[in-house]
Amino acid sequence: MAKAGGKSGGGGKKGLKRKASAEEPQEAAAAEDGATESGVPPPKSAAFPPGFSISEIKNKQRRHLMFTRWKQQQRKEKLAIKKKLKKEREALGDKAPPKPVPKTIDNQRVYDETIVDPNDEEVAYDEATDEFASYFNRQTSPKILITTSDRPHGRTVRLCEQLSTVIPNSHVYYRRGLALKKIIPQCISRDFTDLIVINEDRKIPNGLILSHLPSGPTAHFKMSSVRLRKEIKRRGKDPTEHIPEVILNNFTTRLGHSIGRMFASLFPHNPQFIGRQVATFHNQRDYIFFRFHRYIFKSEKKVGIQELGPRFTLKLRSLQKGTFDSKYGEYEWVHKPREMDTSRRKFHL
Amino acid sequence: MAAAAGARWNHVWVGTETGILKGVNLQRKQAANFTAAGQPRREEAVSALCWGAGGETQILVGCADRTVRFFSTEEGRFQGQKHCPGGEGTFRGLAQVDSTLITCVDSGIVRVWRENDKEASSDPLLELSVGPGVCRMRQDPAHPHMVATGGKENALKVWDLQGSEEPVFRAKNVRNDWLDLRVPIWDQDIQFLPESQKLVTCTGYHQVRVYDPASPQRRPVLEVTYGEYPLMAMTLTPGGNSVIVGNTHGQLAEIDLRQGCLLGCLKGLAGSVRGLQCHPSKPLLASCGLDRVLRIHRIQNPRGLEHKVYLKSQLNCLLLSGRDNWEDEPQEAKKAPPEDTETDELWASLEAAAKRTLPDSEHTQGALQTRRRKKQRPGSTSA
Repeated sequence: MAKAGGKSGGGGKKGLKRKASAEEPQEAAAAEDGATESGVPPPKSAAFPPGFSISEIKNKQRRHLMFTRWKQQQRKEKLAIKKKLKKEREALGDKAPPKPVPKTIDNQRVYDETIVDPNDEEVAYDEATDEFASYFNRQTSPKILITTSDRPHGRTVRLCEQLSTVIPNSHVYYRRGLALKKIIPQCISRDFTDLIVINEDRKIPNGLILSHLPSGPTAHFKMSSVRLRKEIKRRGKDPTEHIPEVILNNFTTRLGHSIGRMFASLFPHNPQFIGRQVATFHNQRDYIFFRFHRYIFKSEKKVGIQELGPRFTLKLRSLQKGTFDSKYGEYEWVHKPREMDTSRRKFHL
Repeated sequence: MAAAAGARWNHVWVGTETGILKGVNLQRKQAANFTAAGQPRREEAVSALCWGAGGETQILVGCADRTVRFFSTEEGRFQGQKHCPGGEGTFRGLAQVDSTLITCVDSGIVRVWRENDKEASSDPLLELSVGPGVCRMRQDPAHPHMVATGGKENALKVWDLQGSEEPVFRAKNVRNDWLDLRVPIWDQDIQFLPESQKLVTCTGYHQVRVYDPASPQRRPVLEVTYGEYPLMAMTLTPGGNSVIVGNTHGQLAEIDLRQGCLLGCLKGLAGSVRGLQCHPSKPLLASCGLDRVLRIHRIQNPRGLEHKVYLKSQLNCLLLSGRDNWEDEPQEAKKAPPEDTETDELWASLEAAAKRTLPDSEHTQGALQTRRRKKQRPGSTSA
């Protein structure tokens, strides 16, 4: 036994695999015939007593060894299966069945009954007469006020300036400790349609409050991954004054529709295609990615894009009916992590 | 047509911001829209609902354009309307007593109207001015001529419509708080407790207060706070010892009125709670809110969600049918064959979960509990 112990202790690598496998049944079940030690590895299924698993081995080194060996075997088997499948596909040629689509969390998404059906009249009426109706009927054009939380630091200030170049007809004002509830009536009287407040914590912007002004909903987002212009690699020159186009991706549910309309109402209706600038709000798994690009069509089907402008990621925390009033306002939707985040395949936007 | 014919069996009636009255049948898992004009109109946003005369056969729908529409559940259509001018704002309370209609608007004008279905608006029989900023007017179910009103900076007052112009009971504000500041008043919902003269109110400053007009003190007898957000709606539980309140964050809580403590919470709502009602005998709670979903919770043994129905508009108020048998009555003989084929088609067209039959009485509850646990979403439907 000392000899066996020494061998497994000294080697523990591939060279001693056979011996080790022969030794295991000896240690595990003493009734095994010890003569099999020399070279012939017993078939695994016969060697191990039923109900044995690698995790029951108390010795860490041996357990690790067994596990790595098992893992290598699994990998080999997987490779072999793949090779076989590939050969079969090549052999069949054109008649091969189409490749199966891999499962991702996005295509395993649980069925959401709030996904808007484009033919639904009730939802269409609801949207046609909601707070954004005046924008979508082309009765008002957007005028946006961008401000921050009190005493912003450099990054936040620069983000505000860059945002104001991205969003046309926007004005940046320094927040001098004014209460939002006092700013809002003043904005309404000066015909502002939207208010953006960038919240800052520990010198980096981390929140965004978007409030549609006359009486409209207020959305509160968590902002992350903020990259200013100089941090973006291979970027183009600064954006021009042309009105950009807007792309809203993947806002499928009713809540997503409301948020999508909120973003759309930030930009004027008539994009200037000469400017070739586009702002994208892409929703994936409840995270909204904001990007600003300049595109150029190199041919009919090939486009080249240059990223300009800041980029950031937003996650919706709450949608409140009415202008900003976090204490007494009525919430249309509040994100409750412990109730809503129980399934990895359920999304709300 | 099937929807209109089966309207009497709907369990919950919900009024929306787009002016649609929705009838939801939880047994068949269907929701039907009823509009007065055939099209939804935002001017007709439903702000108050109450049962009309004669059991649960008529619903009075108070709309934002100051008309009260009469809806018959037997026939499944709107029958008439009455324009109730006077004062400003939307309806905050609707009630029916004998053959008169009581309305209360935001600016504090309470009027009693003679209930004839004529379009011409007759003069009100009685008019009271309650004070501005009313949030709720509620009728005492035991004494139909007593109403209570309360609102923002408008203390709770109980009025006797057959009595004098002065309120029978006028509540007094609580003492100044520990900083010696006046505590603001914002009564959002009022309920009369059965078998006593007491009233419960829930406020926008997250307090639940019990008043007793029979006691010499006009201040609240009991005060409980819950949460940090304004409480929007309240309902009494079948036992009569507790109330369930909902706030603007969608949190529902059951509060015991004997001890003044929190019994438990109900999960699920994501938006502000606008309407709450408990069944008078069964432990069921219907809740609706701004997140466009009607939910039916079970309050005891065990506490949890029973049904969830996505109704595409923001829901303002609801009426839960108080009848004991929740299954449809067997249809009259002459209607039986066509009803069967229609329901068969409906069953075939329904997507997934329409196969289980809801329990009528308690003996099947044990078995069904486990089945409910296995399913992901017990009985969600869409209109």
